Amino acid sequence: MKSRIRPSGRYEGLIIGVLFLCAVVSVLTTAGIIITLLRETIGFFREVSILEFITETRWTPLFDPKHFGILPLITGTLMITAGAALVALPVGTATALYLSEYASDGVRRLLKPLLEVLAGIPTVVYGYFALTLVTPAIRSLFPETNIFNAAGAAIVVGIMIIPMVSSLSEDAMTAVPRSLREAAFALGATRREVSTGVVLPAALSGISASYILAVSRAIGETMIVTLAAGATPRLTLNPLESIQTMTAYIVQVSLGDTPFGSIEYRTLFAVGMGLFTLTFTLNIAGALITRRYREVYQ
Amino acid sequence: MSSTSNQVLGADGLNLWYGTHHVLKGITLGITRHRVTALIGPSGCGKSSFLRCFNRMNELIPESRVEGRIHFNGRDINDPEVDATEVRHRIGMVFQKPNPFPKSIFDNVAFGPRVNGYRGDLGELVETSLRRAALWDEVHDRLGQSALALSGGQQQRLCIARALAVEPEVLLMDEPCSALDPASTAKIEDLIGELKERYSIIIVTHNMQQAARVSDQTAFLLEGEIVEYGRTGGIFTRPEDPRTEDYITGRFG
Amino acid sequence: MKRRARREKDRIFKLFLVLALLAGVAALLLLLEEVLRKGLPWLDFRFLTSFPSRFPEQAGIKSALAGTLWLLGLTAMFAIPVGVGAAVYLQEFAGRNRPTAFLQLNISNLAGVPSIVYGILGLAVFVRALALGRSVLAGALTMSLLVLPIIIVAAQEAMRAVPGSLRDAAFALGATRWQAVRRVVLPAALPGILTGIILALSRAIGETAPLIMIGALTFVPFVPAGPLDAFTVLPIQIFNWTSRPREEFRLIAAAGIIVLLGVLLTMNAGAVWLRNRYQRRSES
Repeated sequence: MKSRIRPSGRYEGLIIGVLFLCAVVSVLTTAGIIITLLRETIGFFREVSILEFITETRWTPLFDPKHFGILPLITGTLMITAGAALVALPVGTATALYLSEYASDGVRRLLKPLLEVLAGIPTVVYGYFALTLVTPAIRSLFPETNIFNAAGAAIVVGIMIIPMVSSLSEDAMTAVPRSLREAAFALGATRREVSTGVVLPAALSGISASYILAVSRAIGETMIVTLAAGATPRLTLNPLESIQTMTAYIVQVSLGDTPFGSIEYRTLFAVGMGLFTLTFTLNIAGALITRRYREVYQ
Repeated sequence: MSSTSNQVLGADGLNLWYGTHHVLKGITLGITRHRVTALIGPSGCGKSSFLRCFNRMNELIPESRVEGRIHFNGRDINDPEVDATEVRHRIGMVFQKPNPFPKSIFDNVAFGPRVNGYRGDLGELVETSLRRAALWDEVHDRLGQSALALSGGQQQRLCIARALAVEPEVLLMDEPCSALDPASTAKIEDLIGELKERYSIIIVTHNMQQAARVSDQTAFLLEGEIVEYGRTGGIFTRPEDPRTEDYITGRFG
Repeated sequence: MKRRARREKDRIFKLFLVLALLAGVAALLLLLEEVLRKGLPWLDFRFLTSFPSRFPEQAGIKSALAGTLWLLGLTAMFAIPVGVGAAVYLQEFAGRNRPTAFLQLNISNLAGVPSIVYGILGLAVFVRALALGRSVLAGALTMSLLVLPIIIVAAQEAMRAVPGSLRDAAFALGATRWQAVRRVVLPAALPGILTGIILALSRAIGETAPLIMIGALTFVPFVPAGPLDAFTVLPIQIFNWTSRPREEFRLIAAAGIIVLLGVLLTMNAGAVWLRNRYQRRSES
């Protein structure tokens, strides 16, 4: 068979090489994040002991006397996350269940775009919402509430992650084979019994993956907490007080004029490292669970 | 079986694995030029996989492995120096379900010539191919329309025209009528009769009446092995192997 | 049997689901109502064409709007080719092996990295190491990395939805892998890829935190003239106005939000329009 010149096939190898490089960018991004965070974090821990970092209860790197205890930022972050989960997990799950088991096609066609709109709203807009609408409402119920408080921010972070919970959970629920539902209906089960007795358990791993990913998203959320939760790192569990999260602290530092290479500058990377580690672990867990349930039904 | 000018394609000790599954077990078979050869056998016997060996389509399936030789005009197409795309350009294929591209009728037929760097009158080639596939009269006034607007039978003839446009010597047909209604099937069967003037055709079919109607030679495959191979008339009237007789009389499969 | 009690339970359960659903929708409506009521009176031609100011009645979003458009254009320029290229590689060329699985896991994980972490990366790599400074180019590069996973995942999904039979047809006609991708798979997947791109770019122009990190300024009384100029964007302007205690600034923040949501809505409507157009063309 004679070999002919193939004008359009000549550069195949070159093209594949370029495409491969595109895919490598994503690896470089991850490597870049880890190296950047690690380098400055190591610099940070040359000056501050790890013991102080995790046991000290005050976080005041920006003024004297400096204290470097990350606990207040962690409790602040956890309070926001817990509050957001309290809002988003039940509402998101119920929404998913309604969309997958109850809604007619018409209703679904109307509601899903609305949820997509909710998911597409920029976080700074949610921050505005927390500050101008939700916090005043809380203050009218609890007058002692600070203008900046964990509760308002947490509720709005929760609203923000509802679409994430509902769409991922709904995916998991629609992946449940119809035959399972039909088997239950044929035994005389009502729609509620099918929903809670068949669909929810069968979709459980997918739903829990959606919870994990949504929680990770809440931990990393920045603008809502920067605008509405305050900038006072404080070891408290009172949601009506002003607090500070890890993300909000990072914003606070970068808004100021912190000199490059100073210890204040390095706190930014140390806190960033903590944030990255936390969300990274959750994301990997979520991805593994999602993959497992996909394997079950596909 | 040696390579003679009368033999266009031949398999020689052909083995095929998908992962650990041994699909084809040492097949040796010669395909005669300008004849229609039918591959029959129960589903899962390996007849479609065998067909895909002739244009190296199996190597697109991960974990597939081929051993043995496929001669095409005396040369082994599995030779590492042979370019798979060149093989596929000389040996065309039509699939079970019509699979036109979501493009215009013209662009569908012109696809092969374009990727192979054809430097001639594309319009003329498209017309010739459509005429040979007996589709020209139905579509000549709407070549710019999407191929997806055609009926199933027309789509399949378009896929045949598309395969003819690269000017192959051999046409592989993998159950080309299994997704079509009886009227469209009859048209394609007539077409096969005309096409063998110019092309050598290998057709996989699960429909024994079809094999008897369109083919000159028939090979009966069972569990990855050739049970019987010979003139179609002989196979269907006086099968030598009892398993062949069982199959064509409908006792299994 | 207690059939009535059972039916009652069913009704209450359904009511609970509907209420939960309405909570989300109500939040959306409340938000829109608040923003429109406060912001609309401030939204006029002068607001769109004025630079920021210490006086709310004179302040506008000219520089923020220009910065957002700069960011949008540059991000599209970087992120679209790299994102689609990576998706093509992963979906059509990469073997089904461990390195590919690792790449895939890496991408899905990157999609979940908090945006502010991308800001830290941008600050260290683009602003400092590559010495691009607090420029719109540094911002766009940071945003490109941030939206890359979105484009890759969407493009891969769109290509996965292209039937394998079309690839087989192309190969059987002697097409190389790249020819099959360029002439068959990519055109067929185009609507899905475009939708993903628009989604990604919407994300890019709505982000605030990473741009604060790389030092986009909050007070920019000029329009960037080149990619190395300092800049601000709509979300940062909104952030700045919202975080001021004076009530009037909150009002113009609302006006800015209306503009931002308007831009996003237009982009999404564009995505729907494109999708419909291509679907019609490939079906007719």
